[in-house]
Amino acid sequence: MSDHEYTPKSKVGKWFNDRLPLLTLANHLTDYPTPKNLNYWWTFGGILTFCLITQIITGIILGMHYVAHADLAFQSVEHIMRDVNYGWLIRYVHANGASMFFLAVYIHIFRSLYYGSYKSPREVIWIIGMLIYFLMMATAFMGYVLPWGQMSFWGATVITNLFSAIPLVGDSITTWLWGGYSVDNPTLTRFFSLHYLFPFLILGLVILHIWALHVPGNNNPIGIDIKKPSKDTVPFHPYIVIKDLFALLIFLIIFAFFVFFSPNILGHADNYIEANPLVTPAHIVPEWYLLPFYAILRSVPDKLLGVIAMFAAIFVLVILPWLDTSKVRSTVFRPIYKQFYWFLVADVLILGYVGAMPAEGLYLLIARVATAYYFAHFLIILPFLGMKEKTTPLPLSITEPVLGGSADMAMAKNNSDYKEKL
Amino acid sequence: MSDSDKKKPNRRDFILTATTAAGAVGVGAAVWPLVDQMNPDASVKALASTEVDVSSVQPGQSITVIWRGKPVFIKRRTQDEIDSARAVDLSELKHPEKDEDRAKDPEWLVMLGVCTHLGCVPLTDKGDYNAWFCPCHGSHYDTSGRIRKGPAPTNMEVPKYEFVNSNTIKIG
Repeated sequence: MSDHEYTPKSKVGKWFNDRLPLLTLANHLTDYPTPKNLNYWWTFGGILTFCLITQIITGIILGMHYVAHADLAFQSVEHIMRDVNYGWLIRYVHANGASMFFLAVYIHIFRSLYYGSYKSPREVIWIIGMLIYFLMMATAFMGYVLPWGQMSFWGATVITNLFSAIPLVGDSITTWLWGGYSVDNPTLTRFFSLHYLFPFLILGLVILHIWALHVPGNNNPIGIDIKKPSKDTVPFHPYIVIKDLFALLIFLIIFAFFVFFSPNILGHADNYIEANPLVTPAHIVPEWYLLPFYAILRSVPDKLLGVIAMFAAIFVLVILPWLDTSKVRSTVFRPIYKQFYWFLVADVLILGYVGAMPAEGLYLLIARVATAYYFAHFLIILPFLGMKEKTTPLPLSITEPVLGGSADMAMAKNNSDYKEKL
Repeated sequence: MSDSDKKKPNRRDFILTATTAAGAVGVGAAVWPLVDQMNPDASVKALASTEVDVSSVQPGQSITVIWRGKPVFIKRRTQDEIDSARAVDLSELKHPEKDEDRAKDPEWLVMLGVCTHLGCVPLTDKGDYNAWFCPCHGSHYDTSGRIRKGPAPTNMEVPKYEFVNSNTIKIG
């Protein structure tokens, strides 16, 4: 991993490190050369690691008090809220922690989209990240089922029924997932088991994600390759560690606001009604972080095609490194893509909004237009724009715009040698 | 070109293939219980049929009972509802089924109260056909429980049922 050999100073350290090079790893992590121009959008990797650890710790504790049974689950959650010492705090941190986790992951993903962090040589980091995102959605969905409220039950019914759209084997798969002929106790117990397992799979993927990151090193806001280590880099510790911690502190203020002042605002009131298989709530909505995909599902009038469109919406993200044909990473140097980037942000927000609204009339029309635009962005705009767009000149190094005296990075001195290399 | 390309399978190749095949069967046999344990178990299957007393249901009324964890609608239809269900031209239907095939006794319609889109329970006496309407994603069903408008692909399912006597329906 590291170019230079590391030798611990103490004799015991050297003895241990020769047998298991953990100290070499620790040294690599502290000395890891990081681009000096990373902005605060780069702090979300650390914030996300914090979110994962928080969810695992609070989840393990909740698992000590929760009972995974259709007759007892709802009561056991109320027992946690009312009887268990600090149970309310731990459950609210866990429930809002899921939302904070998704808030951070969306910022992290859109940072990647803005600065082209998914492009060569970082495609594998991006794909592992998408796997993590997919597992996060599965974990969050199953976690939402566990309190066995009305939204738990009917959300589980709607999502598991997605699989019944598969031709021929759909019904057998759905029955297999349920362990019965409807969402019931067997479904709840297996969801609990998998909800406990998946975060550890995510943790494993996070380690691979960071490992894959440490091979080429961080991308940076101007998206150029830099020499490492050089005057363009700073060691991870203490520079990035302190910056990440400061960003985490700001993030925790927002987190604490939700936990202490409006712990239920991101949830749905119907989930405080115990699950009833005979009554469907008037208006079923998933948690906010799944709404854009839900809008895409509902915008297609055919059941199978709707399900395909929803999964395709995630899949286009996986193959994004090959859809975006532009060699220039950072949007800073792509004046036309910059506009389309913000259109996409608006499009996803609109999809999220109409996903929360009833699927009829004007909302349905807007959902259809926004769905079409979402796919057009990835499948039409990105491939063609990459070939046609005239990008602005890239600086030679991170320090060049500063030392060259230009105030604007995009206006930095054009270097013909560098352009030829691209 | 070389000899090895054309080489006839020898005993070692046979043993390798046979061992791999036997190993694959063994792994499959070991994995199957791990997969099949998720299918409905004996206690779930034991609840496969249910009997319902319908003597108190008046014309126009509908009751909902649970069968295999799912709601079943038992509707005693009025003559108007029967007529409107039987008057429909099959070519208008997304999933063409005659009302005569769905309701053996025209007065009684028995079907799973589960929307065939994504499994919500439709509301009774609602929607464009004043019959069933699914609030989740806006599927409209007619007085025979057939899909007429919206994303659901098929009509609401009619389970296996029979009249044990004039007052009792056995579902399953």
